[in-house]
Amino acid sequence: MKLRIKFRKFGPVRYIGHLDVMRFFQKAIRRAGIDVAYTSGFSPHQVMSFAAPLGVGLTSNGEYMDIEVCSADFPDVCGEVKRRLNEVSVPGIEVISVKVLPKDAGNAMASVAAASYTVRFREGREPAVHLTEALAEFMKKEQILITKETKKGQREVDLKAGIYQLTWENDAFYMLLDASSGGNIKPVQVIQALFADCGETLQENALLITREEVYTNIGTQEDIKLVPLDEIGI
Amino acid sequence: MKILKKDGGRIKGPGENAAANGMRNQCMEDRLALSDDILMKIEKPERYIGHEVNSVVKDKGKIKVRFAMCFPDVYEIGMSHLGIQILYDMFNSMEDVWCERVYSPWLDLDAVMREKKIPLFALESQDPVREFDFLGITIQYEMCYTNILQILDLSGIPLMALERGDDCPIVIGGGPCTYNPEPLADFFDLFYIGEGETRYRDLIDLYQECRSGGLKRREFLRRAAKLPGIYVPQFYETTYNEDGTIRSFSPVEDGIPAVVQKEIELNVTDTYYPMKPVVPFIKVTQDRVVLEIQRGCIRGCRFCQAGQLYRPVRERDVDTMKKYALEMLKNTGHEEISLSSLSSSDYSKLPELIDFLIEECSRQHVNISLPSLRIDAFSLDVMSKVQDVKKSSLTFAPEAGSQRLRNVINKGLTEEAILNGAALAFEGGWTRVKLYFMLGLPMETPEDIRGIAELSNKIAATFFDTVPKEKRTNGKVQIVVSTSFFVPKPFTPFQWAKQCTKEEFLEKAYLTRTSISDQLNQKSIKYNWHEADASVMEGVLARGDRRLGEVIRKVYEKGGFYDAWSEYYDNERWLKTMEECGLSVDFYTHRERPADEILPWDFIDCGVTKEFLLREWEKAKREETSENCKIKCQGCGASRFGCGICFEPRT
Repeated sequence: MKLRIKFRKFGPVRYIGHLDVMRFFQKAIRRAGIDVAYTSGFSPHQVMSFAAPLGVGLTSNGEYMDIEVCSADFPDVCGEVKRRLNEVSVPGIEVISVKVLPKDAGNAMASVAAASYTVRFREGREPAVHLTEALAEFMKKEQILITKETKKGQREVDLKAGIYQLTWENDAFYMLLDASSGGNIKPVQVIQALFADCGETLQENALLITREEVYTNIGTQEDIKLVPLDEIGI
Repeated sequence: MKILKKDGGRIKGPGENAAANGMRNQCMEDRLALSDDILMKIEKPERYIGHEVNSVVKDKGKIKVRFAMCFPDVYEIGMSHLGIQILYDMFNSMEDVWCERVYSPWLDLDAVMREKKIPLFALESQDPVREFDFLGITIQYEMCYTNILQILDLSGIPLMALERGDDCPIVIGGGPCTYNPEPLADFFDLFYIGEGETRYRDLIDLYQECRSGGLKRREFLRRAAKLPGIYVPQFYETTYNEDGTIRSFSPVEDGIPAVVQKEIELNVTDTYYPMKPVVPFIKVTQDRVVLEIQRGCIRGCRFCQAGQLYRPVRERDVDTMKKYALEMLKNTGHEEISLSSLSSSDYSKLPELIDFLIEECSRQHVNISLPSLRIDAFSLDVMSKVQDVKKSSLTFAPEAGSQRLRNVINKGLTEEAILNGAALAFEGGWTRVKLYFMLGLPMETPEDIRGIAELSNKIAATFFDTVPKEKRTNGKVQIVVSTSFFVPKPFTPFQWAKQCTKEEFLEKAYLTRTSISDQLNQKSIKYNWHEADASVMEGVLARGDRRLGEVIRKVYEKGGFYDAWSEYYDNERWLKTMEECGLSVDFYTHRERPADEILPWDFIDCGVTKEFLLREWEKAKREETSENCKIKCQGCGASRFGCGICFEPRT
């Protein structure tokens, strides 16, 4: 049986890198006594798949991981797995839902199409410019070109098509961005492009970023229909 | 006992809005000693944020004594140390004590902390170490001495014990290097000599008594000096002869003991052991459950300090070990377990314990990381069950290249045993062999060094003799020879021995290399050797006296620390500082000490007597071996503790 686990990450543990969060859960699952499936071979590992990795320093209200369990012969599997994991977790990593995935569901990693973020400025690192107006101008552009550093050098990329939503309200940006493997956009790239447009420079470590949700596309390539990853499954 | 676990303050359910989350994040953030800007800039911020599974958080209002337990090296090294986990568990089981962890900030953070004047903090509370009652530092190797000064300095604690006021934590040293604490005497208020399980409660009670009586720091230390196992250097004085040797070492006040006897846990089964060790977020060197199956070693290798310090051998009950294994695996979620002890093959219930672990672990998908075992039919069978034969290698530690020199060092491994073990292993499919030797052992000749090459060659030949051509996977055998340079240590029969100079060491490494390339099977043999510089300085510090305190301090003040990391070790700086302080490297290393010389550590009684060590030193010179404790008691002196192997029937 495949389970999709949604968790939050906040507080000091936001400094734990993606691979170490994976290691954390591998050990947590063992502490919780969950009968997780292992791969075969000489060094078996747990059958586990994480959705989009979260950068160090970011908090999140919507992280996902799929695991495969062998037996789960108790009523309310989802409630029980959630309870047990939270019992052995640390403050700052909190499981908020567990769902059973349909057999044909793609794994968490492959399913990711988009992610939403709340972005704030740290105190004293806000821009001077009026953001509501700047944003209105910014959104009118046909193309939002940025230069991306890649292994092979620099490359120009257009962000426009991948910014599904971008608003500024109550001193926070809300953004819904392409997070698919082909067109992943980071919140900081959007802010940098916006600032470059209005002649502002983004101060070092100025942003407080929280990932709110990760989405999958249940529509088509042309007609995108985004739903949170935990709406797949029961 | 009540320990407030961190998840006592569980987070409320989902569905809270982002702003509320933001506020709480802000709130938790406040508990970190380092700002976001710093944490985002440095390498591996996870080293400094605490919050690991099983770390202990207590209510500051309900405890009376705060103990900062420090391993003066980087987090990944310090977190791998079993001793600290044992003491952390012990202290935190005391209702009135809260023990927290401290490690050396890595160089990047060190620079930031100095620039921004951020005091060193403990991981759990993130509070400055300076506010604690005690700072306990485990001293595991000589090359970390400068890191101890880094810890004190960053904490804002005066480096010199005599300059500390009543508001400073009491700085305690423990661990193997305290068996010659003299080079560090200036920096510590007291040293705890021996195993930590026994005397800390008394020390803490004394501290609280003195504090509530309004007594001064020095009075507490005076009283502490009278507790068994406690050495307070400021109450002792050394005088020197003209040739630099020690003329006298004695207490400066009446009532301070002239001899400090090591502390020892008599019953190693029924004592503290951490059932819930802290589980780090990042991968550390020892990322597994560690079961300490016994203390001490029966073997009596003459170069080995641990083999003498931890006498007598005390085994832990095997049923207790099985219970611990299961419970610790459950409480940590670790995917690997290993056994810890000196010479694990000598643990009498090893087959029973390993069989149990193999069965349990395969059910639970846990790997068993085997300690180095004597290679025989039993160990090969076990190894084939828990490792991939094609990928793993056999390890032999003959330590010396000839039987003559192995007799000198009392290493009971014979060439026959090595070749038989290798043949057995080659038949079982192994093709990789690791060999460990030491260069610069007392009474070593060029012939002994050539013996290293010859033995390696014979092992390779054994492979070609044992394994028929058609069965040779990869077609060949791989032998990796590693040599380290011998550093004489206190409380060993070689404590009087002359250590080699750097030039002599390098010459020996060169001879090893050329001898190996002269061998018929030289293509199957790879040779690694260590750098010689640090081995010489390690030798100076290991057998040094109080005068070296000035050298350590000056090297640190010139910017030297992380000397245990070869990339940060600056030999020139050490040599120059020795010279500035008017001290000679050769005095400490390159001379044989006469039997009647007062050694800096003579005031410590580690259980084995000086007479026994001298007897062994004489036997070494005659190339005579001594039987191990299981076969025949050698009268080392450790039986006076009244426990362990000394009171078991010989075989």
